Amino acid sequence: MTEQDTAVRRYLIVGAALADGSRSDLLIDNGRIAEMGTALSAPGAEQVDADGLIALPGLVDLHTHLREPGFEASETVLTGTRAAAAGGYTTVFAMANTAPVADTAGVVEQVLTLGESAGYATVQPIGAVTRGLAGEQLAELGAMAASRARVRVFSDDGMCVSDPLLMRRALEYVKAFDGVIAQHAQEPRLTVGAQMNEGALSGELGLTGWPAVAEESIIARDVLLAEHVGSRLHVCHVSTAGSVDVIRWAKARGIAVTAEVTPHHLLLTEDFVAGYDARYKVNPPLRRTEDVNALREALADGTIDIIATDHAPHPAEAKDCEWDAAANGMVGLETALSVVHAAVVQSGQLNWQDVARVMSHAPAAIGGLRGRDAHGDGANQGGQGASIGVGCPAELVLYDPTATRRFSTADLAGKATNSPYIDRTLPGRVVATFHRGQPTVLNGRVVDRPAHGGAPTSEVSHG
Amino acid sequence: MRHLLSTKDLGRDEAIGLLDVAEDMADVATREIKKLPTLRGKTVVNLFFEDSTRTRISFEAAAKRLSADVITFSAKGSSVSKGESLKDTAQTLQAMGADAVVIRHGASGAPRTLAASGWIDAGILNAGDGTHEHPTQALLDAYTIRKRLHGRASRGRDLDGVSVTIVGDILHSRVARSNVWLLDTLGASVTLIAPPTLLPVALDGWPATIGFDLDAALRQQPDVVMMLRIQAERMHAAFFPNSREYSRRWGLDDVRMSMLSPDSIVMHPGPMNRGLEISAAAADSQQSTVREQVANGVSVRMAALYLLLSGERPSVEPAPSDTAWQAQDEMEGR
Repeated sequence: MTEQDTAVRRYLIVGAALADGSRSDLLIDNGRIAEMGTALSAPGAEQVDADGLIALPGLVDLHTHLREPGFEASETVLTGTRAAAAGGYTTVFAMANTAPVADTAGVVEQVLTLGESAGYATVQPIGAVTRGLAGEQLAELGAMAASRARVRVFSDDGMCVSDPLLMRRALEYVKAFDGVIAQHAQEPRLTVGAQMNEGALSGELGLTGWPAVAEESIIARDVLLAEHVGSRLHVCHVSTAGSVDVIRWAKARGIAVTAEVTPHHLLLTEDFVAGYDARYKVNPPLRRTEDVNALREALADGTIDIIATDHAPHPAEAKDCEWDAAANGMVGLETALSVVHAAVVQSGQLNWQDVARVMSHAPAAIGGLRGRDAHGDGANQGGQGASIGVGCPAELVLYDPTATRRFSTADLAGKATNSPYIDRTLPGRVVATFHRGQPTVLNGRVVDRPAHGGAPTSEVSHG
Repeated sequence: MRHLLSTKDLGRDEAIGLLDVAEDMADVATREIKKLPTLRGKTVVNLFFEDSTRTRISFEAAAKRLSADVITFSAKGSSVSKGESLKDTAQTLQAMGADAVVIRHGASGAPRTLAASGWIDAGILNAGDGTHEHPTQALLDAYTIRKRLHGRASRGRDLDGVSVTIVGDILHSRVARSNVWLLDTLGASVTLIAPPTLLPVALDGWPATIGFDLDAALRQQPDVVMMLRIQAERMHAAFFPNSREYSRRWGLDDVRMSMLSPDSIVMHPGPMNRGLEISAAAADSQQSTVREQVANGVSVRMAALYLLLSGERPSVEPAPSDTAWQAQDEMEGR
């Protein structure tokens, strides 16, 4: 696909509401937002009626499991970024727990290339902190940072970097290239065999408890380490009220810590576990109502910086079994915006500007993408997570906040169906997603072949 | 009764009704021909993913006395140990036309997963799942208590006012959980005594008094003392220092036995660790019901199978996740 081909398609988005509530038309031309204002006219441009729709900057997910290489039965970069587009995402950070693990420059460059050829979203690889996620030796962090993938976020997600000395060294080392360690906070000895939140319900159900203190104690240790060595720490999927307290304390102290929460931890409680339906099995586990409320408040007051999906696709058989044997995780890209809408927008805790901040601006900034150009040519300003404005790369989502839909597997665009929201009614609907100025979703449907993708693969036509 | 998954789901009348049917079944055991034609032509599958000879043969005896065809499917040495999933096993049993599946599984909730899955139409009877429940054990315990207290006048009686102290590894005990719910439903008052490490960390909602001191509990002169088995592996995971210390603090030894009133009842679900949680003298005393529990187990399991296979099959209740969604919608004002 040449520059010329893409330049042919111009789009005029008519009557969109911006996050601040103002209305504007948006002319998308040559990958940029060329003009904004009312009553724009653009002969030859394809018109998109956005009356009643909200235009948000393309969403950025700092925590996505794309599963490729190694676990293509669950998801591939192509199918995972289709799911991303369906949810209004234009960038996903691909977690490192693949096979081989993303712990070398070669693997992260491979993932980057797969993302470029899929064309549905910017795929920014995350590098492993330790070789093979084994928690023993540092991976080649510098080589990944210097690679074409320009890795800045490092995580052993799924495995906690529990060795305090190794964590200290990792935090220190990534200062050399302004990296950040994204920690999966889970004290391993306190969570041997853990199956669900530890509390009254786990005792009744006879499921081994995953105590809140196993998360909180690691976060407390890590913020103190980050303070000591003057590094940046990012805490993945915060799930407890106690963790919120620790992070609030650390921020008040001036420690460079950021934190994320998943959509499901903002909406669902441990009560869903009572029927042993493995779709609700996730790590960290669903917690109490008090925790959900504390997480919502922390997101509203800025203690928690961002929402990240922890999109975790699994094949059907990994969930179609007894609870103990089931895999942890749920898919989340397609439903994230609707779940956030239900959990914190309808409650009045976040407005749409806040949503743009926690789902686009802030995750791009934490991940080191702000200021980096989406086209990769370095010629223009802006990048992922930028506000919608004239001259910015056309990375945006059009969302219908008045729609409600009963969510079904037909609404999922990735490979996996392990969503807890199937057959549930959720507010809102993604109507269109634009990535690099071209639609990846139009009229609520994922386009078959995005303009910026490489050669189509068989998986596109086979769905 | 569609399934028997948990005693928490059992209502008082339903529980007493089942115990009364068990009385009728016990009468069969006294006849010269210990067999009823009731379940002729029905197929009962014992699906045992965990070894449990006692429970398995008790269910086998129960099904055979009701003339059912019994198939025993033990995980060891079968396709299950070669990695076959619960789903495939269930669908195999469905294809063979099983009418009831008695399942013992190491994973808490596996019987409920099976019952809710749609993989199989058979009635599901939980014969012990992980550290969750063991409903027929609790029913046979309640039956045994009722029989000791009321003898031939047991029919229709509840356990109102009976005090039961359960001692030992509550945290990992499916027997304790099933007993707590059932005994409470039947009107008994339950006390749980254990080392703090072997109690769930939060017990809100459990209808029981909690304590750590066995001597203090015995001074209350409970009507029933139920000792739970201590698994050897607990000693290696820092739950308590060693078996001597456990026995000293939480074992029913001869001195503690002498504190009990002579008409009190001493129970143990078996298999016992003599000299650890219970002394030989206590286990073999007149107050001990250990052997009665085994005999009553067959009658209670006959009653459960009978009610499962010959009663009405009410429609499926809503899944707990549906209830949770409903509660959530209400909370959020949707």
